[in-house]
Parts: sequence; structure tokens; C-alpha cells
Amino acid sequence: MTSPVAHRPIGGLNAFRILKQFGPLMFLLALMLVFAATNENFLSQLNLFNVARQISITGLIALGMTFVILTAGIDLSVGSLLAFCGMVAAIVAKGGAANTLSLSSNAGQGYGWFAALLAAVLVGTAAGLIQGLAITRLRVPPFVVTLGGLTIFRGLTLTLSGGGPISGFTPGMRWFGTGLVGPVPVPVIIFGAAAVLCHIVLRYTRFGRAVYAVGGNAEAARLSGVRVDRILVAVYMIVGFFSGLAAFVLSARLNSAEAVAGIGYELTVISAVVIGGTSLFGGIGGVGGTVVGAALIGVLVNGLVLNNVSSYTQQVVIGLILIAAVAFDRWLKLRAGT
Amino acid sequence: MTSASAAQAVPPPLLEISGLSKRFPGVVALDDVSLDVRAGEILGLMGENGAGKSTLLKILSGAQPATAGRITFDGETYQPADPVAARTAGIVTIYQELSLIPTLTVAENIFVNRAPTGALGLVDWRRMRREALAILGRVGLSVHPDTPVSALSVAEQQLVEIARALSLGGRLIIMDEPTSALTEAEVQRLYSIMERLRREGMAIMFVTHRLEEASLMCDRMTVLRDGRLAGHLMREGGPIPVPRIIEKMVGRAASELYARPSRRDIAGPVRLSVRGLRTVRAADAPHAIVLDGVDLDLRAGEILGVAGLVGSGRTELARAIFGADPIAEGAILLDGVPVAPASPADARDLGIGLVPEDRKAQAIFAMLPIRQNFSIAAMDLYSGRLGFMSGAREVAALSEYRKAMSIRMASPEQTIDGLSGGNQQKVILARWLARDPKVLIVDEPTRGVDVGAKAEVHQILVQLAARGIAIMMISSELPEVLSVSDRIVTMRQGRISGEMPAHEATEESLMALMALESRPGEPA
Repeated sequence: MTSPVAHRPIGGLNAFRILKQFGPLMFLLALMLVFAATNENFLSQLNLFNVARQISITGLIALGMTFVILTAGIDLSVGSLLAFCGMVAAIVAKGGAANTLSLSSNAGQGYGWFAALLAAVLVGTAAGLIQGLAITRLRVPPFVVTLGGLTIFRGLTLTLSGGGPISGFTPGMRWFGTGLVGPVPVPVIIFGAAAVLCHIVLRYTRFGRAVYAVGGNAEAARLSGVRVDRILVAVYMIVGFFSGLAAFVLSARLNSAEAVAGIGYELTVISAVVIGGTSLFGGIGGVGGTVVGAALIGVLVNGLVLNNVSSYTQQVVIGLILIAAVAFDRWLKLRAGT
Repeated sequence: MTSASAAQAVPPPLLEISGLSKRFPGVVALDDVSLDVRAGEILGLMGENGAGKSTLLKILSGAQPATAGRITFDGETYQPADPVAARTAGIVTIYQELSLIPTLTVAENIFVNRAPTGALGLVDWRRMRREALAILGRVGLSVHPDTPVSALSVAEQQLVEIARALSLGGRLIIMDEPTSALTEAEVQRLYSIMERLRREGMAIMFVTHRLEEASLMCDRMTVLRDGRLAGHLMREGGPIPVPRIIEKMVGRAASELYARPSRRDIAGPVRLSVRGLRTVRAADAPHAIVLDGVDLDLRAGEILGVAGLVGSGRTELARAIFGADPIAEGAILLDGVPVAPASPADARDLGIGLVPEDRKAQAIFAMLPIRQNFSIAAMDLYSGRLGFMSGAREVAALSEYRKAMSIRMASPEQTIDGLSGGNQQKVILARWLARDPKVLIVDEPTRGVDVGAKAEVHQILVQLAARGIAIMMISSELPEVLSVSDRIVTMRQGRISGEMPAHEATEESLMALMALESRPGEPA
């Protein structure tokens, strides 16, 4: 009989363990070195903050998606929901549907940026609530519910806007997209603060513990007294909330809400989460990885653009990296398991 | 495949197993077992839960390799690499959980993966139906080959499986608990088909818990106990007598592994009462086990042992009390107050805990640290305002239990799957003790736990009872039930079938209450 003491040492300077935890980060740094070597503009402050601002929008949604994927779920509706929330925010910012054709950004005319922000996140959260209830009450798989949501929210956006954009917001609202605090773009600050908050919630609260438990073993979580359905509804509300927040920031940045905004975002967002090491089977991963994953995609696109690689080729590269990241993760797991 | 069945005076056994062993890390599931099966006979494979029958079946059906020993089938060494190889060789296993594909038709299931094809490699449907019809006739099943399998009863599906085994050219059919889900009439039909197959020269290995039917059907029996061969029984003049089977299955005097804790005076008040408990028969699982009117009292400070065979409803009882499965009818009273836990979370808040049967699937979070595995049911106790967890309080509480239960682990931060089964189980026990429950239900508390740790788990349960917790212990291991419990109830077919103080019970008396037949007939 083997010793009853734990077979597997913990901590320890296990190379695989380190690779597993910091693999994406190391890859990101390596990539930055390569781009820094091939293009002198890459490491400029302006360019780096530009990259950071670009990843902020999908990054915000990816934070919410991390919660969902940790429970072994998925949300495909985020791109459409972003467009919908953006449109709602724009209408509120303009002071009602009647004023949306006006291009003026006269401050006295609408309901103000705060009402717009509130509308965006409320609509996003409510959409998440509805989808979460459909998943838990109707027992329809998340993939199907949110695939339906993808179509529904896009359709609602088009209905709401008549297909055209709503443009021209107050400087107060635009600041959230284009403003700077010192050298740092405001969207980057929002993203950074949200990431820290999400990290704390996931790591240090009962709710965060429950999210990992549900994703790790839903039946065991239920039999331990975790109200699994409530946790599931909550994570879809969270990703909805962040879709609304991202919509607000995006509209503010573009000074316009577009009916076609966010098409394909769900794939970028899910890629960022998965490249960051969160398992699609749930229970493993976290916000840190997602930030790195989002940054990795952002840096990759930026570096390829700077090196004059066509946008068509970029898509090929991102897809390859996604597959490689997961394959690498699998490989590490196999090696670490023996 | 060459045939070795040349004309011989005494035909050698079709299947011959000698010195078969199967070891898992820390557990010997099968230890030096030998047996043989001849063509044209029904061999009963008998034994309590955990005696090694399933392991033997898994080896024979190619699902697991043996660690040591030799198997010859039809004179040739038999070492199936996988279930397909086993079937090709002529050994077909029919499990309790049928392996048909419900959405396909009867004919498609019989010829799954090997449909007869005609020109252009297309499926020759007419030939497939014709051949299916012929083979269904051999098992006495008159359904149209185009019927989807999901439309058949369990008994009919079983016959389809047998038909498939025949059409595969099977020469040894292994049946694992084939009658457990059948009505009396269906059982009789199955018996007559087994008889017919036997006369046709088929070898049948019959695994069953129902001793009377085994006695009736089997020509010979091989009895396993604790993974070892307990002996062979043979029909002499009449059926093999049931008491002789029980004797062989139980075999030992009170095992030295189970030191009976000193008897305690336990006359605490009734903590938990269950009255007329029935569970719902779900439409999508018409043959699942349901509770059929369970009455039970559990006193503070007592350990109530619940004995019953797989499928007797013992786990269902635990789940119903714990709010994990919906209740159709009946009452649960906690300290005399009616309660209706609609979810495990409700039950937990009422002060009921459950250590489930299948640790890996239902209790542990394999990739999470021990600390989080420990505190998951009591997070409210280790968190402050805004729901922030206090890691320090968790670790402090865990280290108390670690000391009290001698949980052998390196650190609270290591993942729980690195612990041995016994230590994992202690962590799961600690998970519930952290809440100081009124009622603790433990389902198979020492499954997958090695011998030394078993005694420790038993000791922990006795100590908890001494602290006044009402403990309901479900176990397949009769020695465990006998030595740890204060009082024992047996279950059969979703009902309580007997009750006695532990000191009056014996393995034989429990076995009789658990296993002997009183099968209700089919509804008229």
C-alpha cells in the first residue's frame, strides 16, 4: 500500500506548473519583443496606449465572459447586445427617439451621459437576466439561448434604429471614449479598474468561490448547498452588464452608435478568455489570464498592422494562435498529470 | 480464427479463467480467481456488492486489462484489447445499463456498425430487416424491426440486446443483473429464453443478486467474496439451496477488520422523522428507482445503518431527505417540525448534511484546493460583509479538523485530487461538520477508502454520534453496517423491509431481508 500522505507535491518549482500559469504572459512578452525588434514605433507610448484603448472594449466584455466560461457556459450574444445597449444609450443621450436625427451635440438637449450609461448597463444586465433564466428554467443549453440572443438583439437594434447610426454626443459623454487622464486613455482606466474588481470578486468572495465550484463540478456544488441556478443567472447578468458598459464606452469613443457595431465581437471575446487559459469546460482560469489574452490579441493585430500584414492574414494568425494556445494547455496538462 | 473444437470425449470448458487478479493503486479488486464455463450451461456468478463481480466482468468484456492471470476461450488465450475485440472473439456482455441506441430502430441496433450492404456499398435495408426478423424470432420477440428502440420496454430492449449478441456469433453471453428492472412475467419470459439458448449450446454467465432466481436457473455457481474465490456450488439433484449460497457469500465470522465499537446508550430524542415518503417517477426515466412509502425515525446520537442492494432505494432516500430529488408525497419532520427542503441548499440551512455516494462525481472539486473543497458548504461562516471570504478563518477551521481526524495532507492549498481516497473523504466529512449539522447522512462512507482509513472513518462517525449528531449511514458492506450502526434498517424495492438493533443482526439475517424475493406481480 502506498503512503497515505499526498502523492503530489504542491508548490515546488515545477517547470510545467510555471509554464501553465504564466505561459500566455510569456508568450505576450515574447511577441512584444519580436514586434519591438521589427518596428521602431511599436514600443512608443502612443502606440502602446493605442493598443490598450483598442482592447478595452472587447476586454470589458471578456471580463464578464470569464465568469460565464468559468461555469462551463458560453455567451454568443455579446456582440449584438453591445450594439443594442449602444443604441439605447444613444437614444437616451439624445433625449428620446425624436431627437436622434439631430447631429448636434448640444449639452442641454438630452438626458446626459449618466442616464445614457445607466440605460446601457441596465439593458445589458436585464438581457443577461432573461438569458440566464432561459438557461436555468427552460433547461436550454447556453449555446442555444445565446445564439438566439445573438439574432434577437441584432434584430432589436435594427428595429430601434431603423438601420442607421445615431451620432453626436455631448463632450461629457465623449470623454469616456476619447478622454485622457494624464497620458492614459479613459477606456483603459475603466477596463483596468473593472479587471481589478472582477479579480477581487472571483478570488476573494463567496460568489467567486461558488462560480469556480459550479464550473468545477456542478453536481457537487449543488449537493454542497450552492444554489447553482442563481449563480448561473448571475454570471449571465454580469456579462450583460459589461456588454452594456462596453457599448457606452464604444459609442462615446466613436461619437456614434451603429446598428452594425460589435459584429463578431463574441469570437474575439471568447478567444481572449480561452487564450488566457480559462477552460471552456469550466472551473479553471481567471481574470488575469483574460487580460493577458485580450492584450495578446491586441498586440498581435497592432504588430501585424505595423508590419504591413493584411487584415485578412491577421485573422488567420489569430485563429492559429487560439488553437495553439489550447493545444499547448492540453499538452501541459498531460505532461503535468504523469 | 481457427477452431479448436475437434471431436473430443469430454469437451473442455469454453471459458477457463485461472489465477486472475486485478489491482488498483491501494486496492486489490480481484485476487487469484479461477473459474470455468462450459457450453450449454448457466453459471451463476455470485457475491455481495464489492466482491469483485464487476471487475471480473470488465476484464472479460475487454473494458479493463487484468493485472495477472490467464484466460482461455475456446482453447485459445483470451486477452481482449477492448470491448469490440471481446465481442469478435464471441463473448458478449449485457449490462444492467443497456447499450442500445434509443433513437435507432431495432434492426439498426442489431446491425449497428455492420449493416449488410448491397451494390455501391449502400445499406441493404430489406436484407437487414429480414435477418433482424429471423434473429428476433430466436429470442421470442415479435416487434417490427423498424420500431425505434426507445418505444420498447426495458424487457424488450434486453431481448434486442440478446438478439444482437446472437447475431454477433456470441458463444458466451454474460448477463449482469438482467432481471432487476423486469416484472414477474417478463422475468419468466427471460428465463425461458435463457433455457432455450442453453439447450442450443450457448454458455451463459448469470450475475444476479436475487438468490432464489439464481438457485432456480443456475447449473453451477462461482461465489466471490472480497475479491477472492469463496467457492463453487453445483446443482445436485435439485436447485442449489439458498442458505448455502448465503453462507458462501458471507462466509466469514465477524471480520477482524471491523472492530465493533463498544455499545453506547443512545436514547436521544427523535431528530428526523420520515413518514410515507414517495418520490416522483420521472416521465423520462420510467424505470428509475422510486421510494414507495418510507417510514423512518432517526434519533439524536444514534447511527442508523441502512442496508440494501443496489437499486433498493437507499440512495434515493438520502437524496429525497436532502432535497436533491423531488418528493411526491409524504412528510419529513426535523425535531418534530415539518420541513420541506426543496433543494440541498434548503436542507443545509435546516442542518442536514450529505456525504454522497460517488465522491468523485458528487462531492469533490478535483482541481480546487483542499481549503475551498472544505469550506464550500459553510462559506457563510467564513465570510464577512460583502461576502469577502476570510482565508485565515478557513485555514484555522480546516487545521482543527485536520488534527481531529488526522487528515494527511501537505497544505490547504494543494488540490484535493492529490489526496488518497480516505483523506478526501475526511475532508468531505469536515465540510459538513463545519456546519455542526443536526443530521448527517453518509452514503457509502468508505467506498474507495483503503482498509486502514476505513477504521478511522468509522471511528469518526462514532465520535460524531457521541456528540449528539443523528447519523444515517448507507452502506453496501454488511460488516460495516453491523459494526458501526446502533440500529439497522434494510431496504428493498423502495421500501423499508426490516429493522433491528445492530446487536441482534447478522449478515445472514440482513441478507435475507435485503435480497429474498417478494416481487409484486404485474398489475392486473
